[in-house]
Amino acid sequence: MLEAPSSIAVTGRNGSGKSTFVKILAGVLGASSGSIHFLFDGVSLPNEQRRNYLGFVSPYLVLYDELSPVENLQTLSKIRSGIEAPMDEVNRVLQHVGLEDRKDDFLRTFSSGMLQRVKYALAILHRPALLILDEPTANLDDRGIAVVRQIVEEQKENGILIIATNDADEANWCEAKIELGQG
Amino acid sequence: MNTVSASIALFIKDVRSELRTRYALNALLMFVVTSVSTILFALRSEQPGAQTFAGMFWVVVFFTAMSGLSRSFVAEAERGTTLVLQLVADSSVVLAGKLLANCALTLLLTTAVTILYLIVFPNFAIISVDIFVLTLVLGSLGFASAGTLLAAIIAKANVRGTLYPVLAFPVLIPLLMTVMNATTLALDGAPLIDAVTDLQVMAGYILVMTGGSFLLFEYVWND
Repeated sequence: MLEAPSSIAVTGRNGSGKSTFVKILAGVLGASSGSIHFLFDGVSLPNEQRRNYLGFVSPYLVLYDELSPVENLQTLSKIRSGIEAPMDEVNRVLQHVGLEDRKDDFLRTFSSGMLQRVKYALAILHRPALLILDEPTANLDDRGIAVVRQIVEEQKENGILIIATNDADEANWCEAKIELGQG
Repeated sequence: MNTVSASIALFIKDVRSELRTRYALNALLMFVVTSVSTILFALRSEQPGAQTFAGMFWVVVFFTAMSGLSRSFVAEAERGTTLVLQLVADSSVVLAGKLLANCALTLLLTTAVTILYLIVFPNFAIISVDIFVLTLVLGSLGFASAGTLLAAIIAKANVRGTLYPVLAFPVLIPLLMTVMNATTLALDGAPLIDAVTDLQVMAGYILVMTGGSFLLFEYVWND
């Protein structure tokens, strides 16, 4: 059982199921056995409300490249909750990930590292109680990694952080570790 | 109300994306123009009757819709954006948003086919305008209501291109027969009362397909 504030790294060999595990946690894959329960202030959270408390970043997450970062964040926030994120919040997260100068450019003009930063902006926009990062520093330069470290530390203070990674440094960001593929 | 506004946001996203990429719209309109032109060249000076016109009209609509309706989900799967929708959107929001987009698309297609038919076929005279407009609207909504769930199903398949019309045709037969009958009545100048049964069948079809889609979509959408 994980309670806020806490952090856990999910490690394991290639093919051990790290990404599958975090997808199940995020609710995009169903579990073949077992169950996951989310409690918020001691009250069980229905599955359909889970997305409002959850942020997810991974290299295989794809956003809409014909839209700008602002359009992606505003549109997806409105699809999530029915309410468009305020512009000052959008600007806040884009500034946090270092993309305020490119906020109105189409994503198709972005590098892979910049795309990863937009995903972080989307993941933290609604200040999620649970943040899941699958290979958190993939495609990122040193500045990008520093941004991720900051996001990780902020999440560890107030919420729950789960990182799926093969990287020992990334795993050490968390208080606890579980290794998949072990008996 | 949040579900409604979220669904509308998804619909607006699809419209904006389509206007920026023109991914499907140009191809579909070209398909309509090509199909109608081919019929025109084949008919030459022949002037078919109302029933034949009705059949030709809905054949063009059917095959254009088969090309276009599946894009609502296949495009998300091909681009890899299905995951972000699964993360942020409730399944009912996804279905409602895509259904709105497909309704708009089919209404646009049927309107385009109507305009082209009126231009190129002098004998294509819509005498009972009320029957025709109601048939156009209900027929378009019927195509969209049946086609959206099927599009979500085939988006997960490996062989998407040929599967969609194969799955859709048996489901759409009742609607096709009804809209062709109602269109014939419209072209023959029948009074509205004569088309009431057909219009009721179309409305019932839309209700059944839409209701069934909302009940089943969650199992299709979530792995």
